[in-house]
Amino acid sequence: MNAAFAIETHGMTRAFGGVNAVENLDLAISKGTIYGFLGPNGCGKSTSIRMLTGLLSPTSGDIRVLGETLPGAEEKLRRRIGYMTQKFSLYDNLSVRENLEFVAQIYGLNRRASKLRIAELVTLYDLVGREKQMAGSMSGGQKQRLALAAATLHHPELLFLDEPTSAVDPENRREFWERLFDLCAQGTTILVSTHYMDEAERCHGLAILEKGIKRADGSPQQLMAAMGARVVEVSGDDLRTLKQSLLSDPNILSAAQIGSRLRVLVQSSIEDPLAWLSPQVAGRALTEVRPSLEDVFVTCTGGRAQLSPAILGHVVQGEAKHAT
Amino acid sequence: MLRRIWAVVVKELRQLSRDRMTFGMIVMIPLVQLMLFGYAINTDARHLPAGLVNLSDSSYSRALVQAVEATQVVDFKRSYSSAAQAEAAITRGEVKAVLYLGADLDERLVRHPAFAGQAYFAEPVGQWLVDGSDTVVASTIRSLRQMPLDDIAGRVLKSNPPSFEVVQYFNPEQRSVVNIVPGLLGVILTMTMVMFTSAAIVREREQGNMEFLITTPVRPLELMLGKITPYVLVGFVQVTIILSAGHLLFDVPIRGGIDSIALAAMLFICASLTLGLVISTIAKTQLQSMQMTVFILLPSILLSGFMFPYEAMPAAAQWIAEALPATHFMRMSRAIVLRDAQVSDLQFDALWMIGFTCLGLLVASLRFSKRLD
Repeated sequence: MNAAFAIETHGMTRAFGGVNAVENLDLAISKGTIYGFLGPNGCGKSTSIRMLTGLLSPTSGDIRVLGETLPGAEEKLRRRIGYMTQKFSLYDNLSVRENLEFVAQIYGLNRRASKLRIAELVTLYDLVGREKQMAGSMSGGQKQRLALAAATLHHPELLFLDEPTSAVDPENRREFWERLFDLCAQGTTILVSTHYMDEAERCHGLAILEKGIKRADGSPQQLMAAMGARVVEVSGDDLRTLKQSLLSDPNILSAAQIGSRLRVLVQSSIEDPLAWLSPQVAGRALTEVRPSLEDVFVTCTGGRAQLSPAILGHVVQGEAKHAT
Repeated sequence: MLRRIWAVVVKELRQLSRDRMTFGMIVMIPLVQLMLFGYAINTDARHLPAGLVNLSDSSYSRALVQAVEATQVVDFKRSYSSAAQAEAAITRGEVKAVLYLGADLDERLVRHPAFAGQAYFAEPVGQWLVDGSDTVVASTIRSLRQMPLDDIAGRVLKSNPPSFEVVQYFNPEQRSVVNIVPGLLGVILTMTMVMFTSAAIVREREQGNMEFLITTPVRPLELMLGKITPYVLVGFVQVTIILSAGHLLFDVPIRGGIDSIALAAMLFICASLTLGLVISTIAKTQLQSMQMTVFILLPSILLSGFMFPYEAMPAAAQWIAEALPATHFMRMSRAIVLRDAQVSDLQFDALWMIGFTCLGLLVASLRFSKRLD
């Protein structure tokens, strides 16, 4: 076991009623990094996090978290890890301060220490003036900052965030990620699950999950460089019809319209994708572009995972609707 | 450990103080139930609607009917001309009972000991037709069987002395409310205490708080103790309401010491709360926990001795009753409130409830797993 890893798993598997929600997951997450789980709903992100926090036992496989073996060392790890659940899990009918006081007492802080720490967190997470507001009456972004404050109150070495920004607008998301990088700079290892491409792109390391299986693992740059497809953008008229005709070709992995352009992923086995594609597009303009993480995702999952554009992070307006 | 229990207690109290509905229930349930049981429920039936078939129409018959009405047991609402009509009226539910006085009433009266002074050829003077489906109605009418006829006969019969003299202790006026108030203490506490805690853990699970809570260092027993403690206070508020309202409104005496009833209530509150906790660790939703609470509540009302005497129940029902904390508390509260008993006189019931509480806490803590699988 390598002491440089905060999380190490080998063949981590969890079955629910004979179906594998997570299958043979190998992870090696370095200390002091932000690592992301990227995948659609139901791909095993939450199940993996629950196994790594000791809430679920794996059906098979080895798990080591902060050098401790799971299952077995859950209680020992409770003080060293923080967990921000997907759904807001603090008390709606307690105020900001009361919620934080409760968490502080549960973690054994005395009155003085708890007062200092809460004042610090309230300032850090921009909740000044809202101490007496009921948590239930706050906006998505405020709730999420409160939840992060509660999850980090005891200075955890390892922080789990399960889809932390699903109920948050883009501006608050940027702010939130700034806080995560602050925590990371202080030495906290962070594991975050998401279905937003732009968020995944911020991570140091990334695993793309689909149906409980890891399809790719590496830094966003590595993944984009090693992608088994090339990206060509077609601009012109009548792109809907063109898309349908292109998709019938097995060498075309996906075609997605972005405004007045059609983004086409071509198998990397084709030598010159521009020349290969030009007879099929009836004189429309072609340009090869740099791959994005979304292209990586589509290639890794073979386009099979049906992600809507909103989920892929382009239509940010729709994002807040995915709160729960 | 104490800090974490205290944290849960403070949290529960804060949440409770913001839940106006629950807060209102804590006060209103005891008051409303006390009014209902105290004023409305009366096992002494009075003014039953009755019919009359009077075929004799003599002055004696009219005097007899007046004498029967004077007992207040029945009110004659209708008259029928034949026994068949009267039977049909009972079937329709028009009246609960019919007094049948035959054409030979005067001859029967003359032979009756109240007139004749001797009972050689005595026969009943009339007949009651009763809707026996309600046993309370039937036994009330039966009590008229031995109604004295002295007033009609116009003289006082030198009757035989009764076989036994009965001296009634503790409730000489035989008011049922005196027995109901201390019993109601048990029923209301069962209802509210089990209900509150049975929802306690499930609610956290349903609202998603549990997933966070179980990743913190809080231990199951700490969580359980923290959840129970605030409701002990709630229980005492209810005990105070019931006993003082019972005393002020219904003049129910509290003969035993306040300390004895407080101790007994404490034991029962703890036993009921842990019962609720056990339910809470079994139920998956708040609806399920409510259903299980009702499942406990019904036998607590019917078998505990609150409604029917425990001693009159068959052995199997007594075993079930023994398993319910309410039965033991019913015994203790009636003994203390009405008979001036001390907790030391009721050691068995007291120890049983302590044992029940400890066992319940243990089961709930063991069943509560800090896992999701």
